[in-house]
Amino acid sequence: MPLLSADKLTKSFGGLTAVSDASMDIEKGELVGLIGPNGAGKTTFFNILTGVYAPTSGSIKLEVDGTVKDITGFKPYNITKSGVARTFQNIRLFKDLTVLDNIRIAMHQNIKYSLPSAFLRSNNFYYEEERLVKEAEELLDIFNLTDKKNELAKNLPYGEQRHLEIVRAMATRPVLLLLDEPAAGMNPMETDNLTKTIAKIREEFNLTILLIEHDMSLVMKICQRIYVLDYGTMIAEGSPSEIKNSKRVIEAYLGEDVRYA
Amino acid sequence: MNQFLQQLVNGISLGSIYALVALGYTMVYGIIKLINFAHGDVYMVGAYVGFAVTTYAGIGFIPALIISMLSCALLGIVIEKVAYKPLRNSARIAILITAIGVSLLLEYVMMYFVGAEVRSYPKLLDDSVLKFGNIIINIQQIYIVFTAIALMLLLQFVVKNTKIGKAMRAVSADRDAAQLMGIRVDSTISFTFAIGSALAGAGGVLVGIYYNSIDPLMGMMPGLKAFVAAVFGGIGSIPGAMIGGLSIGILETLVSGYGNSMYRDAAVFAFLIIILILKPSGILGKNTKEKV
Amino acid sequence: MNSMKVINKKNILILIVIIVFYAVAQALINNGTINNFYEITLATICINIILAVSLNLVTGFTGQFSLGHAGFMSIGAYVGALINMEMNSTLGFLVGILAGAVAAAIVGILIGIPTLRLKGDYLAIATLGMAEIIRVVFLNMDDITNGAAGLNGIPRFTNWMWLFIFTALTIILISNFVRSSHGRACISIREDEIAAESMGINTTMYKVMAFAIGAFFAGIAGALYSSYFYFIKPNIFGFMKSIDILVIVVFGGMGSITGSVIAAVVLAVLTTFLQSYSELRMIIYALLLIVIMIFRPQGLMGTKEITDLFKIVKKNEKNQ
Repeated sequence: MPLLSADKLTKSFGGLTAVSDASMDIEKGELVGLIGPNGAGKTTFFNILTGVYAPTSGSIKLEVDGTVKDITGFKPYNITKSGVARTFQNIRLFKDLTVLDNIRIAMHQNIKYSLPSAFLRSNNFYYEEERLVKEAEELLDIFNLTDKKNELAKNLPYGEQRHLEIVRAMATRPVLLLLDEPAAGMNPMETDNLTKTIAKIREEFNLTILLIEHDMSLVMKICQRIYVLDYGTMIAEGSPSEIKNSKRVIEAYLGEDVRYA
Repeated sequence: MNQFLQQLVNGISLGSIYALVALGYTMVYGIIKLINFAHGDVYMVGAYVGFAVTTYAGIGFIPALIISMLSCALLGIVIEKVAYKPLRNSARIAILITAIGVSLLLEYVMMYFVGAEVRSYPKLLDDSVLKFGNIIINIQQIYIVFTAIALMLLLQFVVKNTKIGKAMRAVSADRDAAQLMGIRVDSTISFTFAIGSALAGAGGVLVGIYYNSIDPLMGMMPGLKAFVAAVFGGIGSIPGAMIGGLSIGILETLVSGYGNSMYRDAAVFAFLIIILILKPSGILGKNTKEKV
Repeated sequence: MNSMKVINKKNILILIVIIVFYAVAQALINNGTINNFYEITLATICINIILAVSLNLVTGFTGQFSLGHAGFMSIGAYVGALINMEMNSTLGFLVGILAGAVAAAIVGILIGIPTLRLKGDYLAIATLGMAEIIRVVFLNMDDITNGAAGLNGIPRFTNWMWLFIFTALTIILISNFVRSSHGRACISIREDEIAAESMGINTTMYKVMAFAIGAFFAGIAGALYSSYFYFIKPNIFGFMKSIDILVIVVFGGMGSITGSVIAAVVLAVLTTFLQSYSELRMIIYALLLIVIMIFRPQGLMGTKEITDLFKIVKKNEKNQ
């Protein structure tokens, strides 16, 4: 049973169909990539998976603890609660809050104290808050962000901000992590760090990852399987070498009658 | 039926005034995405300028109208340059709060200098009535509707057929692109405020003549109602403001006539909330969603 | 293992500080230093602190711009006054406060659910409209509220003790909420609503929750007001009152409870001095709004609290 099963997703905005009958299966523990030329509908597809858009038709199913849950049309916060976390193409950190607070907010859905406890500051409240800080600090430590924990998110260098976004998504304890162009705007050294971070995530947390990327070398290097979207439809799916040599994919990117050197 | 037609007549003349004020809201919103809270008070200032020149200088209707419009245009430009321009790149809430501040400032400065009492316009226009069966139309109402229509036609002409009008439309669509095309954004924005404020001033004079009483706080309610009109018609759309203005005017007089006149203000607000929930882009406006 | 036990070291410490503060002020009242005239100012300060801190929760911490806070105050005032007048006892007074607050909160939820999906300017006008509708409804419920003439002869039970208790409660409860995970959820909505949703936070629920909590405390303020000033009428709770509260919040800093407290004190004193010059006071308020937004939009305290200032002082001492 695949962890995530997107079945014939279609999204139309009035007369424009951005995504049409797009299907995708992701097995547990996989690192899958989604590529396609600009405007192919990758972010729209992502937004459907994460509940920002409800699909015009089609379904999304998530395997949670052995049972299959239909998460089609769920609101974004419910999708995250079900175990699917995401990062954003244009970083959406809480810029004026500290690194620690960014993480603590992501952990909110897992706290175990009620509203009255918050108002009255019971012993349970203090205990849970301490636990929260400890777990957040542990997470930051794994990703070498400990010394920046009290720094405002906006003061971090770009590469670290992107890192923080990934760490923050992980703090929601997902089973599936969706990364929207995590390498955008990164120089080769930063991209290398990103590759190491993704590897660490898979190693230590056994997370399943789906990523959208334009950086072909990154995608080819780390993804086990790749889906290709063009004009809203999935035109190919396979291993990196299969995709690299697929005529259909090359045509999509470069137009017809072009030879791939 | 007669009662209905009578209310319709009253509603159209009231609505013409709302339309004039609504145009200012919609143009300013279109160009800098701000609900100019102070707009209703510019209308009030227009009424007072008209009052001052007709009462103390014995000037007639049309010259008073023009002087009031010019004064308000100037006031609009000053307000924009002093209070709104510095905040053009700030958070939306900041400029909204400032607009509330400007509104209060205009109201209470006026109150401080001229007192809170109600003033009356001198008799400027013929106030005889025409009778069509049981329906009474006051000549002044005709003046109001015609003046409003004339000004709105003038505005349409400026927006569609002049260079500055084209610049206004461009800056509304995409400020940065307009700037890159060589359009002087600051002047265009100033001009927009000037026109919007001038129209509001005209509305103020017309109200002063017809309803005969003006006071420093007269701008608040009509301002808010004109805003509802602009939203209903589709904020950012000039024809929308005109339609919206007329609609709100008619709605108000119908509620007043058939229901409880005390509820008429609440009715307009209830109407606003319903529009905002059901179709926030209004009749002629367009939908814009935030990109994720 | 870990309970809902509220009696712990930190809470006891806070309680002691509060009692000391109260005792000092009560002594000043008893020996006449704070005479009748200043007592009115003190009452105004307390009521405004409750109003400002509750509005700050909605507008400053959760980022939902509400111009209708006075509407909730009026619900608390009327419900509180009516129960108070009916029962004419301290118990009646307290029941009135609770009922007024709950009524305001319920209306807050009802209003919040449809309108909180709006943003910025539109939300502001919608909340303004809601408060106006409430005002008009009260104006027209002649048999219950006595319409425009207002309610007279409301028994006075509000005194320094009750004012202090409710003000302290408001500050403590709201400040506890804000510095909890639920409060952080609200803050995240202010910072970036879309990102907050992606963190698993039900933003609609939290916006409505903040709105309802704000309305609850505004209701308390309204009930206290009605039992102090003997007389209420719908027009007291109009747009101008909402603006008054907004000025306090903006001046003190949207996102700072300490700021709201300080601003409430400063502005109440200012209002007392300018009693005979009400237009001048409004002109000053108007200029305050404009100048603050242009030159110091974070107001007095920004998003800092008094405890943050202590930390900075400590850090400087350490470095020396």
